Amino acid sequence: MTTIHGTSAPVSAPLLSARALLVRGLVAGLVAGLLAFAVGFLVGEPAIDDAIALEESASAAPAASSETADHSHADGTATHSHDESTGEEAGGHSHGDEEEGGISRATQKGWGLLTATVVVGTALGGLVALVAAGVMGRLGRAGRRIRPTESVAFVALAGFVAVALVPFLKYPAAPPAVGSGDTIGSRTGLYFAFLLVSVVAAVAATYLGQRLWATAGAYAGVVGGVLAYVVVVGTAAALMPAVNELGDFPADVLWSFRLGSALTLTAMWAGIGVVLAGLVGRLHAQQAATQARRDLAASL
Amino acid sequence: MSLSAPLPASAAVEVEAPAVPLGQLAPWALFFGLVAVLALFFVSADQGAVSIPAGTAIHEWVHDGRHLLGFPCH
Repeated sequence: MTTIHGTSAPVSAPLLSARALLVRGLVAGLVAGLLAFAVGFLVGEPAIDDAIALEESASAAPAASSETADHSHADGTATHSHDESTGEEAGGHSHGDEEEGGISRATQKGWGLLTATVVVGTALGGLVALVAAGVMGRLGRAGRRIRPTESVAFVALAGFVAVALVPFLKYPAAPPAVGSGDTIGSRTGLYFAFLLVSVVAAVAATYLGQRLWATAGAYAGVVGGVLAYVVVVGTAAALMPAVNELGDFPADVLWSFRLGSALTLTAMWAGIGVVLAGLVGRLHAQQAATQARRDLAASL
Repeated sequence: MSLSAPLPASAAVEVEAPAVPLGQLAPWALFFGLVAVLALFFVSADQGAVSIPAGTAIHEWVHDGRHLLGFPCH
């Protein structure tokens, strides 16, 4: 530790406080949310537009015979609509630009997407910062504990794997037009259950790796921890039911959408990790400089 | 002022890895954790499987983000 004062010397509070780290996490998350919006808008939205166009061209034909029964995204009344028309027209649904109570596609692609990425980015950024605050100075072996920047990098990377990548591999993002409204409850439950398993497994694996590192060295610690996580998550993935509601959805649009989704998530987590590591590294350097000056003054 | 409270006896050996005392961290983690979970809920799941409040306005507003961030949607 850098400051160990037996007496209650009037030392200024250390710069690396919970509050200072949280504030930087929020800032990093905000930046990451903006970055994720840019990537999502440029890479993800074209596939969403394609998916909605496919859905509406598919629902236009059966709409003449059975008008309301099936759930469709162009059908504004039931629970959900991807366009602003109220869907009461006889034949094909118009998905023009008239505002009728719903939210236009332009708004969903712009301010709506921006809201989602910024809110999620800021929340995740703050959480990453607080977890990193708990990890720093504790992981590692005696005499070589993990430093602030390293702990941010570790938490952001582990968070990306446990919160974004692994859940994506088991329950990949689905474009509009894929996924029935009737199964939204079970799909939501499965997704969050698997997410919970993944996060708990990551925390437990880190703890196990830490123990192994202390007793059997770094190699055993890292390999053991990663292996434990993979075994737990792999078992859960094998046991939990698959979700496949793709039907005859075109593979190229699906690939484009999932690529866009994966890149959006990657941009968000990379943004959090890179920006927060930079901010925390600077703060740590300031704290070290302050401490060095104080030590020098005390030695005079 | 002591930063070393939560560390084991080896703390005295530590040189360059500051830690945040868990007692200082806990209230921030608890409060922000609750706020973050609430915020994530509204973006990720509200007005899908569960609706608070009823309606579709939130769902529609964050619709594209929900799809692209990998949350279940329809």
